[in-house]
Amino acid sequence: MTIAAPAETATGRLGELIARAERLYEDLDFKAVAEWKSKDKTRRAIGFLPVYVPREVIHAAGGLPVGIMGGGDQTEIVRGDSYFQSYICHLPRSVIELLVSGRLDAMDGFLFPSICDVIRNLSGMFKLLKPDKYVHYFDLPQNFQRGLGGRFYGHEMREVATAVGRMTGIEPTDDRLRESIRVYNLNRKAIAELLKLRVDKPWLVPATEYYLVLRAGYMLPVEEHTALLNEYVQLVKDSGRRPMDNIRVMVRGAFCEQPPLALLRTLERAGCYLVDDDFVVGTRLVHGQVAEQGDPWDALADAFMHHSLPTPSVYDERHTKGELLVRKAREVRADGVLLMAPSFCDPALLDQPMLQTALEKAGIPFTSFKYSEDTGQFQVIREQAGTFADAIKLWGTV
Amino acid sequence: MTVEAKKDASQERQKAMIAEHFNKLSRAKEDGRKVVYTFVPGNLTELLANFDLLPVLPEINALQSGMRGKTGDYIHLAEKSGHSEDVCTYVKADIGMLKSGNIGPTGEKLPPPDLLLLSYTGCFTFLKWFELLREEYDCPVVMLHTPYQGDGKITEEMRQYVAGQIRNVLIPELEKLSGKKFDEDRLREDLKRSAKAEDDLVWVLESARHKPSPIDAYFGGVYYIGPIFTSFRGSQDAVEYYELLRGEIEERIKLGLGPVTPDGVLNEEKYRVVVEGPPNWTSFREFWKMFYGEGAVVVASSYTKVGGLYDRGFRHNPDQPIETLADYCMGCYTNLNLPDRIKLLENYINDYQADGFLINSVKSCNSFSAGQLLILRELEKRTGRAGGFIESDLVDPRYFSAANIKNRLESYFQMIEAKRGKA
Ligand code: SF4
Ligand code: SF4
Repeated sequence: MTIAAPAETATGRLGELIARAERLYEDLDFKAVAEWKSKDKTRRAIGFLPVYVPREVIHAAGGLPVGIMGGGDQTEIVRGDSYFQSYICHLPRSVIELLVSGRLDAMDGFLFPSICDVIRNLSGMFKLLKPDKYVHYFDLPQNFQRGLGGRFYGHEMREVATAVGRMTGIEPTDDRLRESIRVYNLNRKAIAELLKLRVDKPWLVPATEYYLVLRAGYMLPVEEHTALLNEYVQLVKDSGRRPMDNIRVMVRGAFCEQPPLALLRTLERAGCYLVDDDFVVGTRLVHGQVAEQGDPWDALADAFMHHSLPTPSVYDERHTKGELLVRKAREVRADGVLLMAPSFCDPALLDQPMLQTALEKAGIPFTSFKYSEDTGQFQVIREQAGTFADAIKLWGTV
Repeated sequence: MTVEAKKDASQERQKAMIAEHFNKLSRAKEDGRKVVYTFVPGNLTELLANFDLLPVLPEINALQSGMRGKTGDYIHLAEKSGHSEDVCTYVKADIGMLKSGNIGPTGEKLPPPDLLLLSYTGCFTFLKWFELLREEYDCPVVMLHTPYQGDGKITEEMRQYVAGQIRNVLIPELEKLSGKKFDEDRLREDLKRSAKAEDDLVWVLESARHKPSPIDAYFGGVYYIGPIFTSFRGSQDAVEYYELLRGEIEERIKLGLGPVTPDGVLNEEKYRVVVEGPPNWTSFREFWKMFYGEGAVVVASSYTKVGGLYDRGFRHNPDQPIETLADYCMGCYTNLNLPDRIKLLENYINDYQADGFLINSVKSCNSFSAGQLLILRELEKRTGRAGGFIESDLVDPRYFSAANIKNRLESYFQMIEAKRGKA
């Protein structure tokens, strides 16, 4: 089996770019954020938990939205475990570890989007452990009518923008928000390019590199991230990387707690190109472009309500999660689907039987396994993914 | 320590009410009545009654199946069909029950839903639960989004959002389903009855302030909350049940009696504790016995607030029939943020003069469990009273380790003794 070009083999400018993204990924002290803040004492950073917050509203109020995705596989859990029972997923314990060890001190506030009971209760823990910080549970709407859910959501967004504006001294006016939408639209466009390239020529975009450049968007100011993405896409287009005999797979279930990089590498080494996934999905939950004219708050609400990717946390009124998965699998010409979910993750794991039914009906091969952000043993997963890939190569199915 | 067990009249009354409800459900089709599946926290019983719709509450089926020893098989069946061992067992018990013919707690077959009313007050798993049921039944779903009290309050925006959904989404859908017009006057009348029953329920729960407590507010409490948390709120039956119950408790106080247990009256109250978390249902009696066997009485519990925090003042208000439903939905225990849950438990410990508190952490339920270790620490710090932590599950018998729990409880009660010795 040929080995995909892993991140560490990138050289020259591409190597530098990936090394930078990797440093950001490993920066669990959020030094980059502290550094950004040090350049101007009015600067404020707002940490947000998975999965999605409209970062535009933080940006419009002059804040830096920073994604807090857990401690990955590099955070030694010293105190975090004493906050959570063994049957709760790993992410909250590493987040608490980061908090109590002072590594989140650069944040001036925290947003907890409404995705599951764990993140929800974690917001209350933050309130207790950091009473002096701004901690807000960000209730995303489940009703998608403009006058109901849209209105409620608009109010939520304004509340957050006002709170951040109070910290920065910058009023989040409609004009500022329109400008933020414009800047994030450029970011969405750059991400769309990256996604398209990966579908068209997956050998140009190894999974770990893809992950790192996407994830960098949770640390960097959006303008810098867009530049990084654009440069990356250009560099790999010119890289001369060659295709290999891998199957094309789609990944679902990793929408919150993130898989370790080594797991992505394992999948690739087992012969899978990842051509679609839900990693760091908040970077592109809203797809397409958000309206730059008209009421910007309504534009963001409409975008979330009508142009966002499905996640296990959103009730799918139109009954299309399975159908969308199948449609997407066809669109990206996936040979199969990997349903990989974090252990003890109710939303992702309860989604699986429904997704499996849809895939079975459509005759799309799939396999499923669980992981945690600090999984260190990949033998079983490698064999499972390898067998899956081999079966597809041999028979076109499993 | 305990004397003869006999069923109280209120218990008999509740049993008859439940039997009648399930009987109606089994006849629903022939009687031409429509059936709505919905959840306990934030349930809209009075509104469903307004359209003569019959509610089915899947959590109640799951817990009843648990008590009847059926859930081990049900869960196994669900796991065999692709459900993860990691997730909430209420869901799997329900799916397993469905796959086994949907036989309800009284042995009669439950009718399929004509509508799934998805209000996920206090728990995201509810949302997944009905997404899964939707795959099994060909019926509409109405989503009622109930915002969480993340900042510790119900704001006007939240209230308007929920009330707006009830008015503009839910009621039209219920009208369509039932072919009946919404009758606001009838709703007001029902809400008046709800408030009356709620007054009596609160009186009953607060009777545990007496020493000895005439009730067990957890193991006994789960029976007391039955009618009001389920399909009977707003009915004359519920009003009468709570009057009857209150009368019985008044009598117990007069006689200086302790709570009724499965083995009779507990007459020697040795420990007064507050409990956080749901009970285990598969070994409910055994679990209860570990308490009353040691002379421990639960004087207040958070579980008996999952269907409403009436003891903190909320009453259904007939003057604002829709807004009051919205407030009710948002006011249930698991819709409170963690600091407010801690505050509530702290107050219970003080108000009910408890010797300490216990957390029963259930594997199934992230809604309750995530954060409970911090609750434990905070309560110990704030009250100085003995805190205990045990782990089990709601309906998965694999996670009820009797010997382990008994050991822990015994050491816990010793801890209370030790604290007393020092005091
Ligand atoms: S991994 Fe799943 S259960 Fe854990 S916090 Fe994320 S969504 Fe919630
Ligand atoms: S997670 Fe808890 S509240 Fe939610 S359905 Fe399961 S047991 Fe009930």
